[in-house]
Amino acid sequence: MNRLTRIAIAVAVTAPLSLSAQTLFIDDATVHTMLDSAPMENADILIVDGVITAVDYGLEIPADAELIEAEGRPVTPGFFAGISALGIVEVSLEAATVDNQLILAETPIADKLRPEFNVALAFNPASSLIPITRVEGYNWTVLHAQREGNIIGGQGRPAMLGGHYDSLIGDPVLFIDVGSDASEESFGSRAAQWMLLSQAVDESESTIEWTPDPLLTPAGRKAMKLFTGSSASSVTVFHVHRASDILQVLAFSEEHGFNPIIFGGSEAWKVADQLAQADVPVLIDPLANLPADFDQLGARLDAASILHQAGVRIGILNTGNGTHNARDIRFRAGIAVAHGLPWQAALEGVTIRPAQMFGVDHHTGTIEANQRANIVIWSGDPLDVTSVADLVILDGEPDSMVTRQTLLRDRYSAPEGELPRGYIKP
Amino acid sequence: MNPKHLFLVSAASALLFSAAIMAADPYASTYQRIPAPPTVIENATILTGTGERLDSASILFADGAVQAVGESVESVRLDYEEIEVVDAQGRWVTPGLIDVHSHLGVYPSPGMVAHSDGNEATAPATPNVWAEHSLWPQDPGFTHALAGGVTSMQLLPGSANLFGGRTVTVKNLPRNSYQAMKFPGAPHGLKMACGENPKRVYGTGKGVTPGTRMGNVAGYRDQWAKAQKYIHDWQQYDELVEAGDTTAKEPERNLGLDTLAGVLTGDIKIHMHCYRADEMLLILDVAKEFGYSVGTFHHGVETYKIADELAEAGVCAAIWSDWWGFKMEAYDGILENVAMTDIPEGSCAIVHSDSSQLIQRLNIEAGKAMTSGRRMGLDITPEHAIRWITYNPAKSLGIEDQTGALEPGKMADVVIWSGNPFSVYTLADRVYLDGAAVYDRFDPALQPVSDFELGQSLEVSP
Repeated sequence: MNRLTRIAIAVAVTAPLSLSAQTLFIDDATVHTMLDSAPMENADILIVDGVITAVDYGLEIPADAELIEAEGRPVTPGFFAGISALGIVEVSLEAATVDNQLILAETPIADKLRPEFNVALAFNPASSLIPITRVEGYNWTVLHAQREGNIIGGQGRPAMLGGHYDSLIGDPVLFIDVGSDASEESFGSRAAQWMLLSQAVDESESTIEWTPDPLLTPAGRKAMKLFTGSSASSVTVFHVHRASDILQVLAFSEEHGFNPIIFGGSEAWKVADQLAQADVPVLIDPLANLPADFDQLGARLDAASILHQAGVRIGILNTGNGTHNARDIRFRAGIAVAHGLPWQAALEGVTIRPAQMFGVDHHTGTIEANQRANIVIWSGDPLDVTSVADLVILDGEPDSMVTRQTLLRDRYSAPEGELPRGYIKP
Repeated sequence: MNPKHLFLVSAASALLFSAAIMAADPYASTYQRIPAPPTVIENATILTGTGERLDSASILFADGAVQAVGESVESVRLDYEEIEVVDAQGRWVTPGLIDVHSHLGVYPSPGMVAHSDGNEATAPATPNVWAEHSLWPQDPGFTHALAGGVTSMQLLPGSANLFGGRTVTVKNLPRNSYQAMKFPGAPHGLKMACGENPKRVYGTGKGVTPGTRMGNVAGYRDQWAKAQKYIHDWQQYDELVEAGDTTAKEPERNLGLDTLAGVLTGDIKIHMHCYRADEMLLILDVAKEFGYSVGTFHHGVETYKIADELAEAGVCAAIWSDWWGFKMEAYDGILENVAMTDIPEGSCAIVHSDSSQLIQRLNIEAGKAMTSGRRMGLDITPEHAIRWITYNPAKSLGIEDQTGALEPGKMADVVIWSGNPFSVYTLADRVYLDGAAVYDRFDPALQPVSDFELGQSLEVSP
């Protein structure tokens, strides 16, 4: 591990000089390509200019390559950091640093549906949360437009966690909340949620002027069209738990041409067959096993396992504190394994599955030739608490593995000198 | 009179004073252990909670208590004609886990409006309220925590108030009343809070004091000064009565000051929500000013900055493995907090949950903290890390003579794990409370279900 760290630091120092043509060679890795259920043992990975050019056994090391010796350790694609507010929230309780929600609590219902609200416009790649999440093995997230007094949260978008201004990838994603959580925003009844959503879709499909009270602005109508109709390619994430509500999502999506993903889905396991048949995926938090409200009476620890067994595609995330602790997701995948989910399915749930769901699997989620080189070398089993990410590679660039938190750690673990700790700048 | 002097006087005559107002707990524990046969668990890897690890070892318990651990088991078992033998080949045994910070029962599942009983957020100082009077024993969280190996826990009021009220320590056995869960003989605690929450709830939320951190400190000092006067008045009264004065007027009873006086006399332990290093150091000074001991800081995401000072003050730090950033005072949280807080001699690092999900896997939270410590080069063994979730919380709660370690004479609160408890794949196979099996992963008869969860979502035919 020490050796690897040294290499990483060396690369980081020389990176600016060699950015134009950087070649990395990862030697002797256990490569989880995510294209096959079995890993490639003792395999090598060649990366040129941020792109994987070869994954194979016994590759030749180019003369100009920076060598990273994996010494048999597991290597995976960078992990999915869930649906989060990374880069759009810094400190949750400080409104000035919070950009992930349109606060419409006091607004009349007729003015509340704003699908044109797009949190990706607020994305700040310089947020301290991004390296803090990244060095634990995560390279992308989906920005969450969160409901606050609005059953339509607005639009988010997948984003890479490389800290660059051009981090956004893929298509916009629409967020809709249904169920008891959102009933205050729909005249007090979840039945009215479907009434409002149906009207919104009708408005967006109509060319006439809606009177007297349209739900959508002209921009909202345009936005809504991205997600509906037979030609829509963008996905809509429905935050929903109760089994009967999930079936309504399926029916509503079928009727209006949404491409739905179920988010939360504490009771999704109850309708696993219907989800499998409709080929609708589920993003699930394996820790959510309590009857937190009456929509989640069926919550259980083996929900991910049941869904997988029924043939439902699943992705794994953290719905508890999924922004600041998005880094906890891999352990949640491990906990799903402890409760019956096959290990490989759990690994897929934090890599290729979510990448496919959001249509970004040509950016991330696999280790294969021509894929962007977003790779993590782990000290051991990436789903266990006993392991850490030893090195994260982003678009072919080895991460310095330094964050605001590692600097705080180093400042306070350094021996105290005559001057106060404020003078220690690790 | 110098306040410090006043305290010394009050401490010296605490007995009389206590007799007057700190009378026997009117809501005393009615906890009864479940009768169980003598039991020996064999072939286990045992983490005793005292810092030891025993491989291929046995533990014997009977009459609710640990009788022998390790080599002494062979001779002690001869005392028992019949004994239940559990083969724990390949499995690990630890003391029952203890969560020093939970709101189960006071903020239960389901989290309905009608269930929100954890914060008496109507005044910044409510030392008169007791969390146990809010406690709903049918919270499904209790049985789920049991499946995670938690045998004892402290339930606290929330952190809206400077003085949130009394805490209660329970044994995690589902019962119809909290009194039947109450840990026999555990001291009461007092929940206090630093920082953002009180000033946000009162200053920002209601336009009353405290609206600032200085307002918070004034609020503490004001109450402690009242408590000193209260003690003084009762002492004076006691002295007059003792001298035969039949006209002496009894001071007016004040439930809140009863609690604060109980802290000053050392009968009630402080559990203080406090995030920032500088604020914790300030609170240590407030405690010196009024002559009490802080006990435990909860949620201190910055305890790594003042690990030496906390160890020196004999204060425990009950903290998360990785939570941070949800508010300004949590912005400097780091993954190594537990491991670094644990370094000094005499430290008392505790991994706590404050969550109905994390309480189900304190072992995994401790595992994360251990791994982070190892990553920075600290040598942390499983036999040491287990103390973060067993012995140290027991010490924080004042129940370390009864539970928190596997030693002869202590309560037989025991967990058999499917493997090394610090792996994400490990589950509690069986949990014993006072020697009785109360949970078994493979035996539905030993998997309790709360009244609330019973019969939900029934199907016409199963």
